[in-house]
Amino acid sequence: MKIIIDQDKCVAAGQCVLAAAAVFDQRDEDGVVVLLDENPPAELADDVRQAAAACPASAITLAE
Amino acid sequence: MTETLPDSLRELPEFPSPRAAGCPFNPPPQQLAAAAAAPLSRVRIWNGSTHWLVTGHAEQRALLSDQRISADEKLPGFPYQNAAGQEGAKHHPVTIFNSDDPEHSRIRRMMTFPFTLKRVEALRPKIQQITDELIDRMLAGPKPADLVTELALPLPTQMICDLLGVPIKDQALFQRAATVAVDRHATPEENQRSSQELAAYLAELITRRMTEPGEGWVADLAERVKAGDTTVPEAALMGIVLLIAGHETSANMIGLGTAALLSNPDQLAVFRDSQDPKVLAAGTEEMLRYLSIAQHGLRRIALEDVEVGGEVIRAGEGLVFPLPVANWDAEVFPQPEKLDLHRDARAHHAFGFGIHQCVGQQLARVELQVVYGTIYRRIPTLALATDIEKIEFKQDHFAYGVHSLPVTW
Repeated sequence: MKIIIDQDKCVAAGQCVLAAAAVFDQRDEDGVVVLLDENPPAELADDVRQAAAACPASAITLAE
Repeated sequence: MTETLPDSLRELPEFPSPRAAGCPFNPPPQQLAAAAAAPLSRVRIWNGSTHWLVTGHAEQRALLSDQRISADEKLPGFPYQNAAGQEGAKHHPVTIFNSDDPEHSRIRRMMTFPFTLKRVEALRPKIQQITDELIDRMLAGPKPADLVTELALPLPTQMICDLLGVPIKDQALFQRAATVAVDRHATPEENQRSSQELAAYLAELITRRMTEPGEGWVADLAERVKAGDTTVPEAALMGIVLLIAGHETSANMIGLGTAALLSNPDQLAVFRDSQDPKVLAAGTEEMLRYLSIAQHGLRRIALEDVEVGGEVIRAGEGLVFPLPVANWDAEVFPQPEKLDLHRDARAHHAFGFGIHQCVGQQLARVELQVVYGTIYRRIPTLALATDIEKIEFKQDHFAYGVHSLPVTW
């Protein structure tokens, strides 16, 4: 699984961090998404899918 | 063949429609019936204009995250909430509520920094402490007590004061003005005067923070004013938005939520008996889904033709999104009428969807997790001090809730 984030689209809702804190983080100054791990291990795949589905701004794309 | 007739010749349901008597926690039956028939339908609003009613969960999700669907209330044909909204739209300043990207993003990114998960998690001990203190004070006072004034309102107000960085010595004044600004017993003039007082106070505080160091969102915004990213009036307006949005909404979820849990004692027991953060978090999502307090529908207008759910929405047509109805979509939430704190309710739209999704949602989550995880554990004998039929619900407010909740123990 490969993750692509779009920081321009991000609205800093924090849904991705809520779903997968080991993979996503937020910038301190405005809460915009930061990718911690663009190829996360298989055991995190469900959490990452939840993060992508929950993102209200469609800022997370997954290539499986 | 009514589908082929223009709206002007059809009997269309009015929106919003009332909730059923005796079912204060259920979305209005007429809207649920419309949703059962089709994911999109037509409704008439207060000024006689007709719009799309988007009731399906998938359709709400698709349209609320579509860039061709706008929040610009200045566009002709916008489905205004009420006459005041229509009149106000002509001279409302630009806020996150009435703008599209890129302007929306510019403003929103100046409001989001206090609400990152890390910052909100760091506030959890403080939220716990304030909750415990408020409960101590209520327990030491007379019975029955009003849970709304004792706990539901003061907790979020205190937290938003902390987040903004309102100095302790000014907090009483600030809270009084904030309360009057949303008090339904106050005259519209009093509401407006309090809002102006708050704006003036925030403008002064932001200006002061440009030369005197301080903490919180106001101090950060003062730096951004100095850097030329925003102005003092725009920053003060953002502060008002955070205050109003962060004040009554969490309060309603605490008051209304307690009323719902006291009516579902087996579910109240889940919060009362569990200390597991995962159980409290999942249960809070279900409370948000089940109650969906933003009751009168998000309002949008199409900029271009958009095809969804077998219908074509034409450019210039208005759309109304009743969030509670999508949160009771049985395709996504089986047996939606059942409050079930163990279900996976994370796909709910209680905070909206798309770029306008609630800025303060992570703070709301932690506040609610703490309150739901504390109050029933600390007061296991908590009970309504009146009949549920006598509780007055906020039927006509944008955010649903209870005006007061007399409780005993």
